[in-house]
Amino acid sequence: MPKPKIGIYWCASCGGCEEAVVDLAEDILGVVEAVDIVFWPVAMDFKKSDVLAMPDGALAATLLNGAIRTSEQEEMAHLLRRKSQYLVAYGACACSGGIPGLANQFSREQILRYVYEEAPTVANGSKTRPQLQSGSDGDALALPEFRRVVRALDQVVDVDYYIPGCPPTPKITQAAIAALLSGKPPPKGSVLAPDFALCAECPRRDTKPADLSFTHFTRPHQVLLDPAKCLLAQGVVCMGPATRAGCEALCPAGNMPCTGCFGPTLRVRDQGAKMLSSLCANIAAKDEAAINRVLDGIPDPVGTFYRYSLPHSLLRRKVDLPDPVGATAP
Amino acid sequence: MHDADWQPRIVAFFCNWCTYTAADLAGVSRMKYAPNVRIIRLMCSGRADPQFILAAFSGGADGVLIGGCHVGDCHYAEGNLKTLRRFQLLKRVLRDLGIDERRLRLEWISAAEGDKVRTVVNEMTEEVRSLGPLGLPRRFAEWDGEMTHLEGLAQTAESQVEEAKPEAAHA
Repeated sequence: MPKPKIGIYWCASCGGCEEAVVDLAEDILGVVEAVDIVFWPVAMDFKKSDVLAMPDGALAATLLNGAIRTSEQEEMAHLLRRKSQYLVAYGACACSGGIPGLANQFSREQILRYVYEEAPTVANGSKTRPQLQSGSDGDALALPEFRRVVRALDQVVDVDYYIPGCPPTPKITQAAIAALLSGKPPPKGSVLAPDFALCAECPRRDTKPADLSFTHFTRPHQVLLDPAKCLLAQGVVCMGPATRAGCEALCPAGNMPCTGCFGPTLRVRDQGAKMLSSLCANIAAKDEAAINRVLDGIPDPVGTFYRYSLPHSLLRRKVDLPDPVGATAP
Repeated sequence: MHDADWQPRIVAFFCNWCTYTAADLAGVSRMKYAPNVRIIRLMCSGRADPQFILAAFSGGADGVLIGGCHVGDCHYAEGNLKTLRRFQLLKRVLRDLGIDERRLRLEWISAAEGDKVRTVVNEMTEEVRSLGPLGLPRRFAEWDGEMTHLEGLAQTAESQVEEAKPEAAHA
């Protein structure tokens, strides 16, 4: 019997998810024993035309990492959806938008102007910007369109499974691949990680007070953190209570707060709102002025609570950005 | 700008013990107030999960009003204080995400203050009317309009390759 074929593809991502696959180290040999990797542009020499030539559903599964920002990424998402029996959102960006999704606080014009004109490292006197169509010496060049909105994979195509994390850990990845190949796949739409909050597997769990009471918030670079005590008890915003377990509390174990990359558990729709709710309930102050002094310790609430999930949040994006519908600059 | 027949749509979360009872009182007292609020009764204003408020906005509300017991009078001791704290931080988040903070209002209204329900609802309706529609469902549809044609494009590219009859693909 031929081995199942799988594809690995990236969109708007940093490459960390590809690295996570490589981080399987010698265990990747076990994976390659069970499957054929037939499309993985980062690591192996396959082209889009190879995928186009496959019959629909030829791939048992595609692990797609990265958010969707350009027209090319959208097109590849549609193509791989059609060619794959299971399309898997791999990593925080594909699952919920991830770090690139924070760009949903800015308009396309703001982003392009900064990147091509205003960034201190840029020397671009003629203010040249990428064009959808251009040419030189008789050659025509085309670039994909830079969309106005960053999207999670399931906001573009139908997704079968989610493997969360920034990046997913080798353990989570292996368990997920094993589950997909088991012949008894989990229900469609499953997030292939434990469905309880990170605090439950945090090594600092026993030091979490039953009655948290915040008199101030502080950030890791402002204090010397006690490496054994619950970070919330030290006044640091740790996303553990609103974040799915599965990473074995890597960040708290490294004396840094959880930033929420595994996304919420099944029962939560909007991770940021839920964390905001939980933190505020436990602020000690009882009048408006004192409450606001405590809240000043969180200077960037959107970037803190929605670090990996803004495109997937209920509001999705800053809602009043000035980008005219129908404008088609790159 | 917007439809001439647009009316502000306000979702109100009222606590069972004070503000909802006050709204009842306004009713039995035959007070008239703007018909623009859709009241949802919760046992405590502290049950107004910020997710509910964001869901109201993303589902088409132009404003959200939360009503609870006066500080010190909460049936559950401090549920309304939790609401006050969440409200303060949620306003900051809404501002950063481009929603005018006047679209979210928190009021303490005791069971005896039917008249205050009338005043607050009327005031907020007029304030939201002057802000105009928030219209998030329409905006979401506009944002997603930029990608509707793509699946067709991918299909076209594929049929072109098939016409070109490529050599055997990778096994």
